Amino acid sequence: MTDTVENKQTAPEPIIGPSPEGTELWEREPYDAEDYGEVADYRTDFDHAWPGYNPNAPEVWKELRESGCPVAHTDRYGGMWAPITHDTVHEVAYDTDNFTSRSVVVSTLRPGELSLPAPIGVAPPISSDPPFHGVARRLLLPPFAPKKIAPWEPEVHALCQRLLDQMGDIEPGETVVDAALQYAQHIPVNIIGRMLGFPEEDEDLFREFVHNTLERINQDPRERQVDDEKRLDLYIERQVQDHIENPRDDLTSYLLEAEIDGNKLQPEHVTGSIILLLIAGIDTTWSAIGSSLWHLAQNPDDLDRLVNEPELMDFAIEEFLRAYAPVTMARLVAKDNDFHGCPMKKDDWVLLPFPAANRDPKQFEDSDKFVIDREENRHAAFGLGIHRCLGSNLARLELRVAVQEFIARFPKFELAGDTRWSVGQIRGPRELPVRILETA
Amino acid sequence: MRVHLDAEKCQGHNRCYALAPELFDVDDYGQAVLIGDGDVPDGLEDKARLAASNCPEYAISITD
Repeated sequence: MTDTVENKQTAPEPIIGPSPEGTELWEREPYDAEDYGEVADYRTDFDHAWPGYNPNAPEVWKELRESGCPVAHTDRYGGMWAPITHDTVHEVAYDTDNFTSRSVVVSTLRPGELSLPAPIGVAPPISSDPPFHGVARRLLLPPFAPKKIAPWEPEVHALCQRLLDQMGDIEPGETVVDAALQYAQHIPVNIIGRMLGFPEEDEDLFREFVHNTLERINQDPRERQVDDEKRLDLYIERQVQDHIENPRDDLTSYLLEAEIDGNKLQPEHVTGSIILLLIAGIDTTWSAIGSSLWHLAQNPDDLDRLVNEPELMDFAIEEFLRAYAPVTMARLVAKDNDFHGCPMKKDDWVLLPFPAANRDPKQFEDSDKFVIDREENRHAAFGLGIHRCLGSNLARLELRVAVQEFIARFPKFELAGDTRWSVGQIRGPRELPVRILETA
Repeated sequence: MRVHLDAEKCQGHNRCYALAPELFDVDDYGQAVLIGDGDVPDGLEDKARLAASNCPEYAISITD
């Protein structure tokens, strides 16, 4: 047994003060999440990581819109804004001068200039701004282009079928399975791990890394440190070293061989991009698959239509993505600016709730209604502007195949208990018990 | 009918390629490219409209 205290990585003490330069982590004033209780009014105390937010998010957005509040605010996290209309989300996403991507996950501490190897950022290109962003992004686009992703389709089918087989004997009307824990959560982690060339048996580790990064944002990062063997950075270092010694045809070797202006990437660029691919590729798609099955479990008419009219699938997938978009991004204010009357200060957080933009009635007819064959659907589930999700083609493939295989095996199913939703910027069911009513 | 693609606006969502592969292709970076000169062949008008009305970046437009 190891002494976990001694094995902890020592994180630097954060600097307290107003936007100090040349620091690693800092906060405006000492922050204690326990100073903030339940959210009483989302207009003035918006908290996407309050446990009541994700289960009720569409109602929260509706209330904000109807109360004439396009941009909410909170003192939490040292000061954060939350635009919730399509127009305001779109505007922030496009404005890379006033809003920086230096950190895209809201936390109690802010990253100072020294915490990021400029201009790379911790996880390029998602954490990079122009012009470096364009260079880093161009490197990663080819392996995720549609024609490179399409050949994975048989693999995704086989994986989904295997997961369904592993559910064992199903007694229709009796058997309850957890569509999140036994199904959705295993799909993206398996595929991205294999694309990176990491051992399949490490899937549980990846999920723990993701949880650490995205769900524990109210804890001081110094308390989030974990044992060496569970540290993402050390794990990736080992995988990278293995790929340096044994190059092969996968994404990790691709990154190690990639060049910018004739130079190989800096080591922190390679590991940062791997961190991005692991984290961004896992619980986002898992959430989209879970939310789609959550919807179908409660809407038998939609389920019937999808089973009987498979030609609707492509429209249905886009509508799942619109109505249940899992990903909210974030920015830091780069310089003081007046945003529609909101006095935004340098280093304020700004959330980018694309899921809220997708429910804006000014942009979508019947925006709170799920329309399985919606023909006009310019949803923003994968973001807008230069940071459009790199993995969108893979995510769409996984979502479509996961839904196809599930409903092919179980043409009728219903909710069978409480759904547990995630906490934080990625919204989706983490426990989703469903009762199987019919098997194919 | 003619279909136009603004390459500056395209961010590679690939909706057009999925909905109207007869009219749009994608390059090695996943960016959309027009097949041909933008003249929409008879019978593909609906697909052209569908591609335009599903582009999140408003990069596709149609003229008669």
